[in-house]
Amino acid sequence: MAGIKAFGAYLPSRVVSNSELAARLDCEPGWILDVSGIEERRYAGPDESVASMGVAAARDCLDHAGMTAADVGMILVSSGSSERRFPGPASTIAHALGIGGVPAIDLPIASAGGLFGMAMAAALSAIYSNVLVIASEKMSTVAMREPLERGVAPLFGDGAGACLIAKDGAVRITDSVLHSDGAFAEDLRLDFDAPLAMNGRSVILQASRKIPSAIGELLERNKRTAQSVRVFLMHQANQNLMDRVAKALDVPADRFYTNIRRYGNTSSASMLIAAAEWWRDPGPAAGDLICFAAFGAGFHWGALLAG
Amino acid sequence: MDNKERILAIVRKVSDKTTAPEPDQSLFDTGFLDSFALPDMVSELEREFGIKIPDSDLNPRKFESIERIQNYIESRM
Repeated sequence: MAGIKAFGAYLPSRVVSNSELAARLDCEPGWILDVSGIEERRYAGPDESVASMGVAAARDCLDHAGMTAADVGMILVSSGSSERRFPGPASTIAHALGIGGVPAIDLPIASAGGLFGMAMAAALSAIYSNVLVIASEKMSTVAMREPLERGVAPLFGDGAGACLIAKDGAVRITDSVLHSDGAFAEDLRLDFDAPLAMNGRSVILQASRKIPSAIGELLERNKRTAQSVRVFLMHQANQNLMDRVAKALDVPADRFYTNIRRYGNTSSASMLIAAAEWWRDPGPAAGDLICFAAFGAGFHWGALLAG
Repeated sequence: MDNKERILAIVRKVSDKTTAPEPDQSLFDTGFLDSFALPDMVSELEREFGIKIPDSDLNPRKFESIERIQNYIESRM
């Protein structure tokens, strides 16, 4: 059984407030906060790429694991906002880390990519020992494409997260459930050279049902209850959505770690960034049950249990 | 109470409004529903009418107006 060794994160330094965006979007800063729970987000600079942010998060993760890149047997990189069709950022990141020979696989599935990467890494660690999962997103380049959409543009931010999963990781990954369904693929998509397109009503409606359902499926299969979970580390899509999932599971909203107020929705990176912060303070204790969950374009969704 | 009145009661409850929309008016455009009230309304409809609405039917357009909701609910009963 594989386990989690460490998390890492990287956030660009430029803070973009609601006030700055509201002026461009012809709306009130308070409206953005009300509909999303977001007060500010980070935007990468022109010299920062999906790969460069991924490298920074990977190094942070390896530092916290007390390991070097040479210890990594495989890299899985999730990004829905990489700069070109191919090659994806995985091989570039591996090269920058100085481990050009290891298999480096791209997972271009957007928001649920961090979760899918962790679940796949848990299985693949039996073969590759230490699997480094990286999720890196430069969402500002796609969310801020003209014509700007008021219901989309202010939601997103840039950043990267990473997770090292190993055969001897201390926090054991018990089980996971992953699901995909293309029935609503058109409702959240990024076409080439177009702004991000989102049918918010459909996304919220589906996510409100599918996330609690996946968590419930996972907990029931493992004979655990939502109340026995110490912390839920979920894709940071929208504060209102996280509160709704907590309500559906009948657990207090504060059981869901949240940083969306500071970073916005960083797509696939968000869950790993949230995990990196929680892991440092307060962090897991012996006996803790930790539940990860994500939902995104595709739709792809699922949950993962660790502890 | 007929089905239309039962649906109207649910819309009033989740929207926290006392007024009623016209049967063919968009519940979204008239401010009765937003993205987050929509899942609440779907749950209430399931409870009130004793049906399970499959995820594949969760297209917001099916729930756009009282008329559309009534048509959908009656097709499931």
